[in-house]
Amino acid sequence: MDEIMSKNNSEYLIERNDNVYEVVIGLEVHAQVTSNSKLFSSSSTKFGAEPNTQVSLVDAAFPGMLPVINEFCVKQAIKTGIGLRAKINNKSVFDRKNYFYADLPQGYQISQYKYPIVGEGNVILDMPEGQKQVGIERLHLEQDAGKSIHDIDPSNTLVDLNRSGVALMEIVSKPDLRSPDEVNAYIKKLRSIMRYLGTCDGNMQEGSLRADVNVSVRIKGSTDLGTRCEIKNVNSIKFMQMAIIYEANRQVDLIEEGKEIDQETRLFDTKKNETRSMRSKEDAHDYRYFPDPDLLPLEVTDEFINKLKSEIPELPDDKKKRFIDEFKVSPYDATILVSDIDTAKYFEEVVAKMGNNRDMKLAVNWITGELFAVLNEKNIEIAQSPISAKNLAKLINLIKNGTISGKIAKTIFELMLDGDIDPQIIVEEKGLKQESDPKALEALIDKIINDNREKAIEYKQGKEKLFGFFVGQAMKASGGKANPQLINEILKKKL
Amino acid sequence: MSEITSLTLYELIKNIKEKKISSNEAAKSFVDRAEKSKKINAYVTENFENCLKLSKEFDDKPNFDLKLPGIPIAVKDLFCTNEVRTTAGSNILNNFVPTYESTVTQNIWNEGAILLGKLNCDEFAMGSSNETSFFGNVQNPIAEDLVPGGSSGGSSAALAANLTPVTIGTDTGGSIRQPASFTGTVGLKPTYGSCSRYGIVAFASSLDQAGPMSKDVKDSSILLEVISSFDKKDSTSIDFKRNNYSSELTRNIKGLKIGIPKEYRVDGMPDEIEKLWKKGIEYAKDCGAEIIDISLPHTSYALPTYYIVAPAEASSNLARYDGVKYGLRSSGKNLIDMYEKTRSEGFGEEVKRRVMIGTYVLSSGYYDAYYLKAQKVRQLIKQDFDQAYNKVDAILTPSTPSSAFKIGEKSNDPVSMYLNDIFTVPVNLAGLPGISIPAGVDKNNYPLGLQIIGKPFDEQTVLNIAYSMEEKINYKNYITDWWMK
Repeated sequence: MDEIMSKNNSEYLIERNDNVYEVVIGLEVHAQVTSNSKLFSSSSTKFGAEPNTQVSLVDAAFPGMLPVINEFCVKQAIKTGIGLRAKINNKSVFDRKNYFYADLPQGYQISQYKYPIVGEGNVILDMPEGQKQVGIERLHLEQDAGKSIHDIDPSNTLVDLNRSGVALMEIVSKPDLRSPDEVNAYIKKLRSIMRYLGTCDGNMQEGSLRADVNVSVRIKGSTDLGTRCEIKNVNSIKFMQMAIIYEANRQVDLIEEGKEIDQETRLFDTKKNETRSMRSKEDAHDYRYFPDPDLLPLEVTDEFINKLKSEIPELPDDKKKRFIDEFKVSPYDATILVSDIDTAKYFEEVVAKMGNNRDMKLAVNWITGELFAVLNEKNIEIAQSPISAKNLAKLINLIKNGTISGKIAKTIFELMLDGDIDPQIIVEEKGLKQESDPKALEALIDKIINDNREKAIEYKQGKEKLFGFFVGQAMKASGGKANPQLINEILKKKL
Repeated sequence: MSEITSLTLYELIKNIKEKKISSNEAAKSFVDRAEKSKKINAYVTENFENCLKLSKEFDDKPNFDLKLPGIPIAVKDLFCTNEVRTTAGSNILNNFVPTYESTVTQNIWNEGAILLGKLNCDEFAMGSSNETSFFGNVQNPIAEDLVPGGSSGGSSAALAANLTPVTIGTDTGGSIRQPASFTGTVGLKPTYGSCSRYGIVAFASSLDQAGPMSKDVKDSSILLEVISSFDKKDSTSIDFKRNNYSSELTRNIKGLKIGIPKEYRVDGMPDEIEKLWKKGIEYAKDCGAEIIDISLPHTSYALPTYYIVAPAEASSNLARYDGVKYGLRSSGKNLIDMYEKTRSEGFGEEVKRRVMIGTYVLSSGYYDAYYLKAQKVRQLIKQDFDQAYNKVDAILTPSTPSSAFKIGEKSNDPVSMYLNDIFTVPVNLAGLPGISIPAGVDKNNYPLGLQIIGKPFDEQTVLNIAYSMEEKINYKNYITDWWMK
């Protein structure tokens, strides 16, 4: 049921005056490298520190200070490249991107321009209509800038350099994306891969993941690319989608009015939900890129790369395949379970703890149903789940072996939330064990039939709906503990 | 006491170790002489009081195992010195006091040296006459109103005037060797990567290199031994086995092959320089070296290449002086206005000229024609030397195309000024070691230098050849202390 091809599901088309336009999107994602120290200095990268407390002389560009590459960040970039099934370049070069800004202490950003550390690769998206491959153009390492704060002091701009020099990976996609839904899937997949690898925490609230969005439109079916606009520094998937929709429509309107689209850099105003021109192509910065003479070309051996390859964990695509093959989980469920590394870990732990007589369907349903609902409600991640995988596995096993009913399980689940209590203990303490003794149930049912003679007669005369009434009465009389299957059997026999 | 200041470093160390002179006596002598030599304008920042204090401390607890035991030394004001103002000869760093120490200066303090003060230089080391310094011209002790060369002009003048026993300069295109040549002193630019650039105010990162300046070759070998070290804080520092330059110094250069590049015979070169070179060749022969004619075919491209590469790097290196974090800040209506005013007031003409040139050659549309082409030519210049070194062990050339000129004589003619570097620049572009030693005088009795260029990391051979020739040349500076009158 999951991979049914319903072709137009996530397609995004704009119709105007009999013309049908498609939108062409490419993303430049800036992902903060998970690393304790910065790309070229030993300052801490911890988020949320007091302003200007994590700034070395190198980060603040004092005279005579020199950058020294952080090997760990290089490893992280290469691992990410491997996760993107990309070519790792044995030789890459750090360049200086020159421009003046108050929060750019050196007057240039050290980046990689002509020779990035990672070349072409790809990412697989699981769309409702099937899988889609998105090309990766490149991944390069660069420094983040500091932060200018304009709204604290009425007459001055304040600068916080804590972020200055933090390592970023810029991941550039090919213009392969065609809709806001695909952008959503792409960002989530990138984030998922990097979280599996431990190379970027993907935390968009803290700015660990931001993107420049390139948007152009063209008549559907055309193979030429239209003039693109770049929307700078969008920091949530929702805003990316809103910006794309606004921008694509703006461009279509211009074309329909017979006007030209200017290639320009635009900003997305989240309050007004519109994009605005930031600078035109003519005003574009001339960054005067040139190789940084303070740094030698970065050379990595195949041996170095292969060692990192051997450290790569199972990534979402492989894990999904294994869940389907080994656990017989549906492709749809597998996609959900692997999308986040912590969810996958949780699921695998539940599976392991369930033992031999495991019920995959129950496990999937409880995780994606009850547990997700609780996490959503509490707005927490699965890593902070109030119920451990071990205890959820026990609960599932209690259902599977008939000790409790699914209905009672929900009650127990609620009780478990308060301190991750072992469900076995709840069952025993509250006496919630399912009544599966046929004799006891027969006696109970005899009494109900006796008490409701008229209804029993009506049922026999053909009013079959009343069967439910008797089941309900029996469950009620047992305090919900009666084994529903047995009740059904006994009722059918007795009525 | 005046005798102390005219001692070589080697002699001073010997006297201190033999307890004939105390560190404090030495410091006093240099301070006294500096007080009488204000006219030279060698110092940008004096550290005299502190130097006297530290010399006393040294005498109280002397350690004669150190290589520079209690030796007072003044250094070029391009080295960042902890808690001592560091200006790079620029108004934009007029008020800048580092909280850190350059590796090279740290190396000499670790060996017992004591900072006398910071010596004048061309602004951000951009210049060949010390005339671009915000802190004024420096007088060449050789004669009044003569430039001391540049950019390490304060260093060469201080050395020649006996204001410091040795000094450290930096050399991007000749800034150690040319002023040494102009003042009758010795200046060595080591192989790129020998001395750490950490804590040296950057001019052109791929060319900058610190080096010793001294009264004689032996002193340079002693100082090089201390300042040359591998440093993890500089990614371009090279971890190679360094010689014990001073103890391995020898006058036995028999059989060494010395190349004479025909391309260094440039048009319009004064006769005196040609004669000096010929004399140098004879001296080298006398020392037992074999003279071989060689060709460095791309030599004539070196100067234009240098004046693309160096300004390009400088334009980017100097972007950090923006008034935001340290140094001079002029007030402006907004950020851009503040930048413009700060940099207009903070930088001098020559620095602005080079920032402009550098910005231009890196601009899109010009990058390939200038910067990229210059990098390619730089490779060819390197290859010239590589090929020459298949045949010879070192190369002998004049240090400069002329002797020292008068203050103001060339300051309005940048190109004529740039021509000063014609013999020194190829050495920086190829990253090689090169030394200038005094070899004679011109018709005015102004010193002239000869340059010995070596193979990469072969400072020892360069020093040995210089040491041998020095003995034959037997050059003496006749300095009259005219500025004290």
